[in-house]
Order: sequence, then structure tokens, then C-alpha cells
Amino acid sequence: MDKTRVIKFTMKNSTAVLFVLIFIMFGLIAPRFFTVKNFQNIMSNASYIGIIAVGMTFVLLTGGIDLSVGSTMYLCAVVCGKLINEAKMPVLFAVIISLLVGVLIGSVNAFAITRLRLVPFITTLITQTIARGFGLFITRSIAVNYPDSVTLMSTSKVLGFIPLQIFIFLSVVAVAAIVLGKTRYGRQLYAVGNDLESAKKAGIRCDRLIASTYIISGLLAALGGFVTITQIGRVNAGFGSGDEFDAIAAAVLGGASLFGGIGTVFPGTVLGTVMIEMIQAGLVFANIDIYIQPIIMAGIIFLAVFIDSVRTTQIQKLERRNILKA
Amino acid sequence: MAEVVFAYKNITKRFFGVHALKDVSFELERGRILGLVGENGAGKSTLMNILGGVLQPDEGQMILRGAPFAPKNPLEASSAGIEFIHQELNLFTNLSVSENISISRFPCLGSSPLINKKKMRESCKKLLKSLNLDISPNILVENLSPGERQLVEIAKALSTNADILLFDEPTTSLTAKETEHLFSIMRSLRDEGKSIIYISHILGDVKSLVDDIVVLRDGQVICGGPIEDFPIHRMINLMVGREISNVFPERHSHAKDRVILEAKHVSETGIVRDVNITVREGEIVGMFGLMGSGRTEFARMLFGVDPYKEGSITVCTEPLPKRNPQQSIKRGLAFITENRREEGLLMDYPILENIGLVSLPDFSSRMTRMVDSKRLFKQANEIATSLRLKCNDLKNQKVKSLSGGNQQKVVIGKWLLKHPSMLIMDEPTRGIDVGAKYEVYLIMEQLAKEGTGILFISSEVEELMAMCDRIVVWSQGEVMHEFEKSDFSQERIMRIAFRQSLEYSEEEKAVVNGQD
Repeated sequence: MDKTRVIKFTMKNSTAVLFVLIFIMFGLIAPRFFTVKNFQNIMSNASYIGIIAVGMTFVLLTGGIDLSVGSTMYLCAVVCGKLINEAKMPVLFAVIISLLVGVLIGSVNAFAITRLRLVPFITTLITQTIARGFGLFITRSIAVNYPDSVTLMSTSKVLGFIPLQIFIFLSVVAVAAIVLGKTRYGRQLYAVGNDLESAKKAGIRCDRLIASTYIISGLLAALGGFVTITQIGRVNAGFGSGDEFDAIAAAVLGGASLFGGIGTVFPGTVLGTVMIEMIQAGLVFANIDIYIQPIIMAGIIFLAVFIDSVRTTQIQKLERRNILKA
Repeated sequence: MAEVVFAYKNITKRFFGVHALKDVSFELERGRILGLVGENGAGKSTLMNILGGVLQPDEGQMILRGAPFAPKNPLEASSAGIEFIHQELNLFTNLSVSENISISRFPCLGSSPLINKKKMRESCKKLLKSLNLDISPNILVENLSPGERQLVEIAKALSTNADILLFDEPTTSLTAKETEHLFSIMRSLRDEGKSIIYISHILGDVKSLVDDIVVLRDGQVICGGPIEDFPIHRMINLMVGREISNVFPERHSHAKDRVILEAKHVSETGIVRDVNITVREGEIVGMFGLMGSGRTEFARMLFGVDPYKEGSITVCTEPLPKRNPQQSIKRGLAFITENRREEGLLMDYPILENIGLVSLPDFSSRMTRMVDSKRLFKQANEIATSLRLKCNDLKNQKVKSLSGGNQQKVVIGKWLLKHPSMLIMDEPTRGIDVGAKYEVYLIMEQLAKEGTGILFISSEVEELMAMCDRIVVWSQGEVMHEFEKSDFSQERIMRIAFRQSLEYSEEEKAVVNGQD
């Protein structure tokens, strides 16, 4: 009896178990992995993908998907840079406007999906191309550089010890976790993802809820873009491309289902994001060939999702009603 | 005369020019249970959807507590005190019981968007207690049994203090015990002054539960009045509009000696134990048992959908490979599943595609693998005609636009096109009306006559007794007893299903005699 309980616990928390295993494995390979500095680096690198992945979690919960986040990051970062460099706008205003651009792209997605009834996959694939197209049009594909006033932000510490990007990440996570777990909006979002028809019958305004998730995703993508430029100070034409897949991978590693209704921001998506960054850092520490790294990365993601699929059927088996009387 | 809470006045509703409801009027009184019966397609659901705000009538009006009432959406109906308990449950399996109950109107902390979880749990606890339901408000709905889920659905309806409750076939997934519990709750709700409309195909339940009855046929009210005036045979006659002297067709035994299907010592951990069953050519073998006694699970093993650990299954003395439905089909097995919407049909596809689905390989040319659609259409059409399938357009009409009985005929037609030698039918008459049931029975009789072996799973003892040559009774994953036709007795079959001994014990005899 106790044995099955242990198995059940392990399965239900497979992400966390895998997390700890990978953590220990890299620690054994490269002892320098276990340093405070390294953890701070991992968290810091995780913050921008994490912010986007939180937005992605909202979308995934409704059974949708948002492929436009990488391009949204790019366009918003470009707009922000151009406003500061060429319009000489104060940084704060430029940031606010670039966040609004994110909201705008999210609204376009939301409108097409909930009003025009287009499929999320295609809609966001289109806006992905459009947003990047606009960015390239504005910059003529020339890289944008940011002044020191922006890049110095990455060195600033909130409360004297938390790096700004980590603080933003954790704040986004905290707000999102409360919204999803404790508000009417959040719980209704889970309902919509579980059974759209029933949610409609329960009087939930499903379209509004679904629309809101794309807007949130757009906003957070813009924020993630800004956090990145504070760290790297320069945005080229390929900025953010492919990041949508990291964000999706992070959410799915954290237990979110692509069919909707299942997933959490905390611990789920946070764990997924940090795990991806941890693996990346670990591969560097272990001196793995840089061209092999993405392959190993993909392999680990495959493994995690595979375990998740096995686990789901196993849990069902364990919890299946036993007809026979013992 | 009690107070009239709600009334339909001359309601007419058309879909694409076809009358779904024609001039329907009747009244619902306070503190009464009104039974609404009629064949599938008679207009019951349309009527309920109009009251529930899902549909709007074309003509006529509704009167609620003396005032005209015209809800534009379900939320308006709900805030007017009308709640709908649907045939399909509308629960969110990923949320807790208390969240499900408050999903439309979460109590919040002051004016903040945060949910007042404590208040939510407390009111949920109170509701569950009033329904005698011993579950925690925090448990996720996915961990509940179908019966518990149904009761949660009712708790949800009650949470709004509704005084008109609509129940649409609420017992289809319940065990006999759970059904009885549900009925006692409904009766006590009635005694508290709530008004209930109850829709069901199980006329015995209707008879024992309701106070008044309204019979619908082809969108019109045929008759109504206190239940005392409506014995079951009268209800049936009114519903179908013709005399059905017998609910079941005449049966002849067609069983030959040749064994078609034989299962020997089939076991699977936690599911079934040492099951032995044989079906002969032309024989109809019934499988009776309570919900969850392992009949469906066993049928799935037979057909090769689910695995089994021990034992063997042979078809015409040749062993049948495990977990290989393709082989099972090739060897002449056909499986009409319990759940036609999810497992039996492609609801959004035309009738023809559904009928042809299993037999496509038989209709494709050797060389190019292209489907010979002319030949397929011709044969599908023959089958549809022989099954008396009511439809407008075999090629273009979607299955979901058919009534339940006709949908079931499509499922049967799909397998008949394959000319099976062994047909497994899992609850083939569930949720379809009396007329359609009769036609399904006729098809079974015809197939048996042609030599098909039939394994007939049902939870209605009467239909098994009427249709089967033999009945196998299940309980908790085991075959408890086999009844030959001459030994059929409803009481004895039920006793076995409940794991009682076949004969009364001395004490029971005393009780029975005492009552006499």
C-alpha cells in the first residue's frame, strides 16, 4: 500500500522529481554548478522566458496557443528603442508605449480568434509574421542599440539585493498565481479550458475570457522583450525568434496541457522555465559541444513530456475503480 | 387547486420551416413534479431549452409567477429562479466541488476580485449536507463517481435558490440505489414547495415519481393530467400514437449448435475474474449486472480494445488475438458501443461516411485503393432502408442532426454492412424512445434468424428477458449465474445481481410471508 503511494506521489510530482534529479546530476558533473552566483545567473536568464511563459500558460489554459510572442518581443523592443533613440522620449514613456504595442498585437489575436473565429494556431502564426515584418520595416533589419540608461537597469537591485529582472519575473509570477488560483476570473478560465460548452451554459462569458488571455500574453511578451534588452543592450533582426517554443516548452514541462484546463503558473511554469535554463547552464558547465547542446535540450524536453504522458495513463490505472472485491 | 408557478401559452417553434413545437400550452403548479414524456424528437428538449433561455419561441409566450417571461440567455433564466439539470453533466472535472457549485457567482471578499474561499466552502458544505452527500467540498470532481457527480450538479442548481428545476434524463448514469436516493431528494424538494419538471424515457420511474404528466407527440401536447390516470401502457400508446400491444416483438429461438464465440477463464486484475461465456450461431445471450459490474469492460476485451491477463477467447474454434480490433473485425466480430456519441459515431460527418467507416477496405479497389463510392452508396442505402432509417439525405446530412433512435440505427448499419457473424451490443436501447427500441429488437430478431450470434448487454431486465435465449448475470467482475429461458425470473435475476442467494433464506421467507 505504501509503495503504491510513493509511486503515486512521484508520478503526480514528476516535474519536481525530474527537476531535482537534473539538478543533482549537473552538480555531480560540475561542482561549480552549486554556487550562488550560478543560481543567480540561471534565475536571471530564466526571467524573460519565464515572463513570456506565464502569458503562454494563460493561453494554454483555454486550449489555445500563441505563436506570436517571439515577434511581439522583437517589435516592442524595436519600438521602445526607436522612441528613445530617435524621438528622444523618456525611457518610462517609451516602455509604456512598447507595452501597449504588445497589448495591441494581443488584441488583434483576440479579435481574430473570438470574433472572426479563426483557429489560434493560424492566427498567431500570421501575427508572428506581421509583427516581425513591421519590426524589420521600421529598422530596415539594422540592429537597434539602447542607451546606458536602459542597460544600467539590469545592474540595479530592488531592496538592495534582488536584480531587477528577477524581481519583475517574480512579481509577474506572484500576480499571475493569485489571479489564476484565487480570483473569479482565474477559476472561470480553468472552467473554460475544461469544457467550453458547459462554461457557456454556466453563464461564463467565454469569448471575453479567451480574448483576455491573448492580450495578457501580448503584454507579457512585450515586458519580456524589455527585460531582455536591459540585459543585452542590442536588438538584431533575429531577436526573440524561436522564443515562443521555449515558452511553450516551459509551460508544458511545468505540467500545462495543450488541450486546456490543466496547468499552473506556480509551481508549474516557473519550475519548467528554471529547468530549461538550468539544463542550458548545466550543459555549458559540463563543456558539451555548443552544437550538440540544442539536441540534448530537445531530448530532455521530449523525455519530460513523454514521462508526463506515461504518468497520466499510469495515474488513471492506479486510480481506476477496482470492480473485484478482494 | 394549487398555485400555478409557470405556464406555457401557445408556444410554437420552427426550425428551418419545420415545426418542432406547435401551439404547446400547459401549466406547472407549485410543489408538484410534472413528468414530460414523448418519443425522441417529440419536442421535449426544445420546450426545455425555451424555458431555460437557450432558445426563443417563434410564437406564444411564457408566464412566470403571473408575469410574462422571455429569457434571452441561460443566465436570465437562472436569475429568474429556473435551473436546468442536463442529461450530460456540465461539471468542470478540473475544479473542486465547491468551485463547481459557485462557478457562475463566486462569493468575493468585499469588492475585490478575490474569491471568499471560506464562505464558498461553508455554503457548499451546507448544500451537500442537505443532499446527504458525504464528500469534501475541496475534492476535485474528476475523483467522483457518476452518481456523486449527478448530485453535485443538483447541488449546483439548488445553490441559486431556484424554485423551478428541470431534470432531463438525470438517471442514465446512475445505479439503482443512486436513482432511489435522487428520487427521495426530489420528493423532499417538492415538499419544500419547489416545482420540478422531469423528463425521462424510463416510464416506470416516471410513474413512481411524478404527480402530473404531459405527453408530447410531434411537437404537440397530446394529453395531460394527474399520473393516476396514466398507466404505463396508456403513456406508451399516447406517445407513439398507435397501439403498441407489445413492447417487444415475438421471439423464436434460432440457436444452432455451432459455437461462434467462446471465452474461457478470462481474467484481468481488478476488472474481471474467471469469465466463461459461449455464444452459439443464431443465439441471443444477455448480460445483466449492475452498473460497473464489468460487463462493458469484458465486451471491450472480447473485441480487442482492452487487454486481459489470463484465459482465451476463440471465434469459431480459432483463437482470437488479444488487443487487435482489426483482427476481431476481420473474424466477424462487431461491437455496438455503449456510448454512441463518443465511441460509435463521427457526429459531424454525414450518415453515409459513418455507415461506410468500418467497411471502407471492402469497397476499395485492389489496385488503386480508391473507394468505389457508387457501390458503397448503393449498399449503404439498402441497409438504411432495411433499418428504416429516417433521414433526408444519406450523403450530406450530418449524423448529429438525427434523433437518438436514428443515430443508433446508423451505428447498427455501420456494422451490418460488414455482415458480422457475432454482434456485441452494449446498451443498444439506452436513451432511445419506445418506437425506436421496438425496431432495434426487430433487427436483433432478424439477425438471429440469419444466424448471427448476439451478445446483448443491458441494464433493463425486462428487455433481456423478452429478447434473450440465455441470460448471464454479472456481479463485481464475475459471472454469477446463467439462466436458461425457461428459468427467467426478474426477481431471481435481480437477487443474483445483488449477490443474494437464489433461494430465500428462512428469515426472509418469514418476512415475505409476514407481509402477505
